[in-house]
Amino acid sequence: MKNNKIKIKSSNLNVHYGEKQALFDVDLDIYDKEVTALIGPSGCGKSTFIRCINRMNDVIDICKVEGSITIDDEEIIDKNLDVVGLREKIGMVFQKPNPFPKSIYDNISYGPTIHGLAENKTDMDEIVENSLKKAALWNEVKDRLNEAGTGLSGGQQQRLCIARAISVNPQVILMDEPCSALDPIATAKIEELIDELKKSYTIVIVTHSMSQAVRVSQRTGFFHLGKIIEVDTTEKIFKNPGNKMTQDYITGRFG
Amino acid sequence: MNIIILLLVTIFSYLSFLYGRSRIRKITSTQSIKINALPNYYGYYLALWCALPALIILLFWSIFEPAIIKYLISQTLIQNDLNYSSEQLNLLYQKIRSLYEGNFSGTLTEEIKIGVKNYENLQTIAQNSKIVLLLSTFIAAISYGIFRISKNNKARHDVEKILTGLLFVCSLVAILTTMGIIFSLLFESLKFFSAINIFDFLFGMNWSPQRAFVSDASAITALEYENLKGAFGSVPLFAGTAFIALIAMLVAVPIGLFSGIYMAEYASSKVRKYSKPIIEILAGIPTVVYGFFAALTVGPFFRELGEKLNLEVSSESALAAGLVMGVMIIPYVSSLSDDVINAVPQSLRDGSYAIGATKSETIKNVVIPAALPGIVGSVLLAVSRAIGETMIVVMAAGLAANLTINPLESTTTITTQIVMLLIGDQEFDSPKTQSAFALGLTLFFATLILNYIALRFVKKYREKYE
Ligand SMILES: Nc1ncnc2c1ncn2[C@@H]1O[C@H](COP(=O)(O)OP(=O)(O)OP(=O)(O)O)[C@@H](O)[C@H]1O
Ligand SMILES: [Mg+2]
Repeated sequence: MKNNKIKIKSSNLNVHYGEKQALFDVDLDIYDKEVTALIGPSGCGKSTFIRCINRMNDVIDICKVEGSITIDDEEIIDKNLDVVGLREKIGMVFQKPNPFPKSIYDNISYGPTIHGLAENKTDMDEIVENSLKKAALWNEVKDRLNEAGTGLSGGQQQRLCIARAISVNPQVILMDEPCSALDPIATAKIEELIDELKKSYTIVIVTHSMSQAVRVSQRTGFFHLGKIIEVDTTEKIFKNPGNKMTQDYITGRFG
Repeated sequence: MNIIILLLVTIFSYLSFLYGRSRIRKITSTQSIKINALPNYYGYYLALWCALPALIILLFWSIFEPAIIKYLISQTLIQNDLNYSSEQLNLLYQKIRSLYEGNFSGTLTEEIKIGVKNYENLQTIAQNSKIVLLLSTFIAAISYGIFRISKNNKARHDVEKILTGLLFVCSLVAILTTMGIIFSLLFESLKFFSAINIFDFLFGMNWSPQRAFVSDASAITALEYENLKGAFGSVPLFAGTAFIALIAMLVAVPIGLFSGIYMAEYASSKVRKYSKPIIEILAGIPTVVYGFFAALTVGPFFRELGEKLNLEVSSESALAAGLVMGVMIIPYVSSLSDDVINAVPQSLRDGSYAIGATKSETIKNVVIPAALPGIVGSVLLAVSRAIGETMIVVMAAGLAANLTINPLESTTTITTQIVMLLIGDQEFDSPKTQSAFALGLTLFFATLILNYIALRFVKKYREKYE
């Protein structure tokens, strides 16, 4: 491992949806400028966990989060926290590509406009171009920036969403099954992109594909029924898991 | 009589449903063949064969029977006296019928008495032959149905086909009725436009149809024509309509849209549960109630207010009518835009929140643009509702066709004028009456064009963002 700096640290994290508890005492460290993959059977709380990191669970009325998550040693499970500032720091890419019904350009410029990141049009053009380049989409769309973002192919849309997340210059990017709606070629492109992005960003990715976890991540966490069963380097988890359940899951015996 | 027949048809169809179902069960169980459809379908199949032919015959019989009887009676009357005009014949026939029904008043002539006898005879004959016809069709149809069932036909397929046919006929009726209405509008308007130049009508600045005293449009003298020409200028009416609709939309669009946004995005489910029905109650209030609210409360209120401010406010004002109409339209806008906003996928909102947008930024920049086609649609629906609204304007905005943009004066609208033209005793061939059809036609075209533009706009928008 090239570094040991912990970027995100969750301790004793408990989450309830109404009466139902979805996460139990989750302790998980996510290291800076690394890709951390979260795996586990459906309904085990992976999405719930990463939605705690950018406080997206606030949108759900019945969701109660207790415990602690710190980012660079700053507590974020705090009623008085400025959620807008937090989400500027932590981008998110969803399972289904969800570009806004706006032009490609406006899709990217949306975040910077809201956060006042560009002084003028030239600044904004630059941000848009850089974000699209980082998301490996620039060459495909540079001549059609004014066309609708929804007119792109599924894979392009997902890269547009990644570019949108990058546009506000976040430190962390959360990805919840970003390739599950995509074909193998588009998936390969995104995986390549993730490899590139981890140089500048800390990435947390939820995936159902073991091979994807192996390909893109340096560290893997295995969830089961709302508990974190095992976290370690990806190599260790897949070659020599410390837990019987992890072993069973990655070899496809359940889940 | 017809009611009894209908009742019998219902009972028999139900019985044949039961019969068809058990019949096919028996057939399949005794002969152990594979059944082609669920037993219920055979029930439906037989029930349809039982009910449909009978209902069709009954329908046509009821339509044609009176006409045929009238024709036959008139024939006998003519044989007695060849000199009857058609109007006299009509009158006699009416007398005969009222005597038959037992509410005759006036002098009884021999002719009428004989006529009633005839009428009675014809009625019984008609009655009997109807029953015979119905019975025989019933027997024929039901036997055919049973025959088909015994062969284990494809009942599901046949039932589907019959249902498709029925649905098609219903839509045909709807389409034909619409066409009929449009054509009658068109023909009456053409009569009007043969008397009055269409340009005088469309671009004339003066509306005073009471000046058009001539009764017979086909015999207009030059002087009368001069008089007529200036009386049917519809511009003040269109202006008034647009003006009042504009005031109404100024009230309804902001309030309706914002309350729709509140309901969809901000209100807790508890608030929503109670306040949405309350707003929708507004849509259920009869317009005449809004009308007297406008005429008796809002209108006088503005006048008094105006007096205090030394303003000339007529007690019937465009402002009062427009405001109340706006209130009436609020629920249309709010509940439609609420639905449309709710239909915007949550994933778009999530995308916006995730990048750090606040709720209001998300609504302004993502939700509203995504919902815009639907919002435009609901606003246009509201506009056509405003243009077509009559009662409030009759009661609150007055009848004077002033060409004005002062909301404190009284104005009038197309629909109101149509009402005014057609109430009371009217001769159907006077230009005054026919002008109502012309107004109706123009209004129809105006709404049509409005809707067309709206659809084009919505479609273009969709193409851009989908
Ligand atoms: N909005 C919600 N309301 C109520 N319960 C929820 C909600 N979202 C998730 N849950 C529950 O929380 C638990 C964890 O769900 P979560 O979506 O985190 O699972 P997941 O690991 O992401 O599953 P998947 O792999 O299928 O996406 C599930 O049992 C689910 O039923
Ligand atoms: Mg999930």
